[in-house]
Amino acid sequence: MSTTMTHDAGHHEEHPTGIKRWLFTTNHKDIGTLYLWFSFTMFLIGGTFALVIRAELFEPGLQIVNPQFFNMMTTMHGLVMIFGAIMPGFVGLANWQIPLMVGAPDMALPRMNNWSFWLLPFAATMLVAPMFMGAHFMDGNGPWFGWTFYAPLSLQYNHLAYFVFAIHLLGISSIMGAINIIATILNMRAPGMTLMKMPLFVWTWLITAFLLIAVMPVLAGCVTMLLTDKYFGTSFFNAAGGGDPVLFQHVFWFFGHPEVYIMILPAFGIVSQIIPTFARKKLFGYSSMVYATASIAFLSFIVWAHHMFTVGMPVAGELFFMYATVLIAVPTGVKVFNWVATMWRGSMTFEPPMLWAISFVFLFTIGGLSGIMLAVVPADVQYQDTYFVVAHFHYVLVTGALFGIIGAVYYWLPKWTGNMYSDKLAKWHFWLSLVSVNLTFFPMHFTGLAGMPRRYADYPLEFTRFNQWSSVGAFIFGFSQLLLLILVIKCIRGGQKATSEVWEGAEGLEWTVPSPAPYHTFAIAPEVK
Amino acid sequence: MDREATRRANRRVLRNTLVVAAGMFGFGFLLVPIYGAICTAFGINGQTAAIEAAQADKVAVDKSRQVTVQFHAIVNDKLPWAFRPVVSEMKVHPGEVRTIYYTAENLSGRDSVGQATHSVTPDKAAVHFKKTECFCYRQQALKPGERKQMPVRFMLHPALPKDVHEVTLTYTFFNAAAFAVSN
Repeated sequence: MSTTMTHDAGHHEEHPTGIKRWLFTTNHKDIGTLYLWFSFTMFLIGGTFALVIRAELFEPGLQIVNPQFFNMMTTMHGLVMIFGAIMPGFVGLANWQIPLMVGAPDMALPRMNNWSFWLLPFAATMLVAPMFMGAHFMDGNGPWFGWTFYAPLSLQYNHLAYFVFAIHLLGISSIMGAINIIATILNMRAPGMTLMKMPLFVWTWLITAFLLIAVMPVLAGCVTMLLTDKYFGTSFFNAAGGGDPVLFQHVFWFFGHPEVYIMILPAFGIVSQIIPTFARKKLFGYSSMVYATASIAFLSFIVWAHHMFTVGMPVAGELFFMYATVLIAVPTGVKVFNWVATMWRGSMTFEPPMLWAISFVFLFTIGGLSGIMLAVVPADVQYQDTYFVVAHFHYVLVTGALFGIIGAVYYWLPKWTGNMYSDKLAKWHFWLSLVSVNLTFFPMHFTGLAGMPRRYADYPLEFTRFNQWSSVGAFIFGFSQLLLLILVIKCIRGGQKATSEVWEGAEGLEWTVPSPAPYHTFAIAPEVK
Repeated sequence: MDREATRRANRRVLRNTLVVAAGMFGFGFLLVPIYGAICTAFGINGQTAAIEAAQADKVAVDKSRQVTVQFHAIVNDKLPWAFRPVVSEMKVHPGEVRTIYYTAENLSGRDSVGQATHSVTPDKAAVHFKKTECFCYRQQALKPGERKQMPVRFMLHPALPKDVHEVTLTYTFFNAAAFAVSN
């Protein structure tokens, strides 16, 4: 994207060109762009892993890969999607949008911003490197212990140090990104923009950033314990040395549950930006949205053990974690209610961002409802580690987090490129994705309830039909995403010029700057009434 | 805010958040002793099992009821041992101290060190399962082909809930070669 045009403020648009621009950039828009392309690349890699899984599961029996390789695929799919695609995707959106939305000239700590991005490619390389370290690629030498890397299983893995240091780097990157976002939001807001006037995307990211700072270090501690258990003779998790495998699950999920909200709260913010724009109404219940987000963040710290109801826990513990978990449905319900109430009697139009936002509300709610089913202890004992869980977290992470990111791209892309994108291509992308994502994940509810366990390369004959639907859906969904790539490239290259407002009646500071947003914006802070 | 004030504010946020991050890194490790403390409080993992022999003898025996105690043995596949209880179950009165034996045999041609972990089901019985002596308190070393009988002295505390009629004691032996200490 070249941004050599000058604009009203008349200051310089100069920056190094070529590779140096991207390596040394401290510009929030450049870094946002880097994050988003990184995220999309990892999304395609993680998606490829998913398609290997679905190809193998198209039929019972072993056809394409051996079980070890299959386990590596499920593990790497999870790790790459979570740490490579979803989290950097949100950070990329934050980089691009938060300064624009709060009227700041850049992120608060621009050089740290550069560093937090450039750690990612190295971390990702270290994460996937062990896949290529065996005598044969098809042996499956990458991590194969599930993305949750439960000890002591993961302690049996030969290249564990690569995994641990990759997680360390990813964690450092996330923490630095979060610090930057907090500093930007707290210190760099335009005069007049009080906290309760901030756009919800900014609010949700502020809360997410605090979650990141609170739990990424716990993850770092968790993998450090694995590292010393494996190489330095400690036994945090090794029963033979007096350690306890259940302790691992507690430490991991103390990180893991806030982590799932890290991956959804910014999407809540995005949807809260998009729906008012295309319903042409103010967001219903702004302050309740803020408080609901904060409540969800708080509750996320006291529900972790609902991931481990079957490890053998005192009944009192099970009840506490069950009630606390079900309680999350209240603030989440408030949010869903507010989105629906915003649309109620609005003058709705269905541009591509709105389509993604509405499908987010609908499908994320399905994921939320299966979440409540999983929160109920006696039911969870039945559902634990089945495809019902897989269905649940893909409804909240694919049709939740990912749909949120895609919706955001459709919403802000004209602002980034200065061009409108092809509406026809966008509709094809949306409808193919919507149908195929449900074809993929809805049948998993049934296979799960029928008892099909997750993370196996094979299954009994009676699950064949549902698995074939899932596989067909997955391939359509996967290849549909290439339409997004084509659409974005076409939009960068040209198209109908976007106005600075882009969407009729859109509110927010980002719509007051020209499209494409100049390299430097808000050198003079705008005044917010 | 002028530029310099913003810079200072940003540095302050950086410092404070880094302190929080470092604190949370420490908190991750603090979860280890917290976990231990909670296990002790709830009697999980047999952590409240140890009791002094003199103390155990003072406990009054509740002759009014009998509880069946089942003994169970598991060997982790990393350890080449045969391991089983001499008797598989017995009836005891709460409060009485009994001694049972497990046997372990090294089936391999090499010296071997094992460490047993224990667990008691049902959960609510765990706090009341008291042991004055157990082979699980230390590592056990066996020479090639060596076979040894190992005692457990235990008592079910009379405070055991009345609706518990059966208690299962399970030991799992792990290969502790990597953690061997000289006794």
